[in-house]
Amino acid sequence: MQDWEIVIGLEIHTQLKTKSKIFSGASTDFGAAPNTQACAIDLGFPGVLPTVNTRVYEKAVAFGLAIGATINLTSVFDRKNYFYPDSPKGYQITQLETPIVVGGSVDIILKDGSVKTIQVTRAHLEEDAGKSMHEDYHGKTGIDLNRAGTPLLEIVSEPDMRSAEEAVAYARYIHQLVTYLGVSDGDMSQGSLRCDANVSIRPMGTEAMGTRTETKNVNSFRFLERAINHEVERQIAVLESGGRIRQETRLYDSDKDETRPMRSKETATDYRYFPEPDLLPIHITQDYIETVRQQMPELPEAKIQRFVRDYDLNEADAEVLASTVALADYFETVARVGGDAKLAANWVRVELLGQMNRDSLTPSAESLSAISLSANALGMLLARIKDGTISGKIAKTVFAALWHGEATDPDTYIATQGLTQVSNSNELIPIVDSVIENNPQQAAQYREGKTKLIGFFVGQVMRQTAGKANPQQVSDLVQQRLLD
Amino acid sequence: MPPITVTQDLVLAVAELSQLNIDGADIDDYAVDMTKVLALVEQMHGVDTSGIAPMSNPTDASQQLRADEVTETDQRERFQAIAPETDGGFYLVPRVVE
Repeated sequence: MQDWEIVIGLEIHTQLKTKSKIFSGASTDFGAAPNTQACAIDLGFPGVLPTVNTRVYEKAVAFGLAIGATINLTSVFDRKNYFYPDSPKGYQITQLETPIVVGGSVDIILKDGSVKTIQVTRAHLEEDAGKSMHEDYHGKTGIDLNRAGTPLLEIVSEPDMRSAEEAVAYARYIHQLVTYLGVSDGDMSQGSLRCDANVSIRPMGTEAMGTRTETKNVNSFRFLERAINHEVERQIAVLESGGRIRQETRLYDSDKDETRPMRSKETATDYRYFPEPDLLPIHITQDYIETVRQQMPELPEAKIQRFVRDYDLNEADAEVLASTVALADYFETVARVGGDAKLAANWVRVELLGQMNRDSLTPSAESLSAISLSANALGMLLARIKDGTISGKIAKTVFAALWHGEATDPDTYIATQGLTQVSNSNELIPIVDSVIENNPQQAAQYREGKTKLIGFFVGQVMRQTAGKANPQQVSDLVQQRLLD
Repeated sequence: MPPITVTQDLVLAVAELSQLNIDGADIDDYAVDMTKVLALVEQMHGVDTSGIAPMSNPTDASQQLRADEVTETDQRERFQAIAPETDGGFYLVPRVVE
């Protein structure tokens, strides 16, 4: 059996977080009624002219700076001609020869902990196309042009990845970065980040690139991994049975879990690129770049290091807590209000993320602002553990009540439900005594040396106090009273 | 590079790429005209352009950027009034199968 080396490059299209489109003042809001956000410019009416949205430049420059790329002080839009009903102008405005971002790299961390650098070739600005609906129109295709003209940053990598795992790690990194920077909302369910995977294989140890195929429009990390693995298996099967790979565009069908040819290259189009005559070249200054740099938020790696340094967290906890800006902010509020970063890290990681995971929520800005349990309330709850008002066990009950929206203020809930920890010996001693009295056999065994039975007595007392007693205090009291 | 002679087949291939439905009787004339156009381009290739930056626009001005604000309102009804066919807000076109 021949050993094959897999070669993968990714083109990631990320929708930029702007109010209006890249070349028109139409809204980019997702989910509007069809064609209500497609204006004369998006529709390619005669006589209209595009204008460039300033924010797309800010976002592209911020991304370029974050990956250590060169920012072109002059960038030019080009016209890519193709004929398809989702692009009524008959062309897409994009950047071919002089994109805004050139070069740069990102470091990805693989499952075995090793670090690999992936080079970025370029990132250019362009406009998204509309959407085609092939069902339900009695043999015709329905076209919604709301998405036409939505700003995209297409991030093109070098063919540096050697496995589906590396490709997914890279795509996740880019997703985290653009979300952190506020370049994109990163909502993949709404198509905010889509991957095209260029995949080829070659005999292990050889240099020449094999013929590649491009699998288009993969919109989840799980599908990306599966699409690449399927394409690799398909290519190996073709080559090992003596066939050859055709250079073609393929589509991943997540229902059937397969890739299949999308466009025949027999009538391959020539895109006839030329400089966009309706737009002048765009010149930016070094000062502008510096202004963008100063406005950039803290990036993931810096945040992780700060969490490790300032909060004394381990790297793994810091990575989880810094996975999104929203979760990091949430954690920092809990830590500040609760007054104990390690306790906060533990509760956010185990209780909050555990509960969110059970409810199929990811720690995005949207879900963290939608849940009933505010960071402030969780911080106050932890403060009550710290000052001894409640036990950790009771805190979980309060957490559940806050999570389910049965309460918003932990102190009020603790007071009204009578959950305050019983730490007054005068209250506890009668309970301890009655437990000992009601269990004479165990008491006798304990006194004969079966000291493990202490757990039994503590458990009984905890049950009678509904968990409100301090277990250590109970243990001390039980020993004291048994041996008296 | 020798001048390209445009054949009938090349005219038909270019017509298909351009989504043009051309009259068969005109093919020979197109071939002659296109050969002349390419000869002119060939002539321009003779100019020494080394050291000259490509010009994407004849003016030195920079594109003015627009503030990121929604300025367009929904005018779907007016646009769709002149569309050949619509359904539920969608424009309908002959079926496109990928």
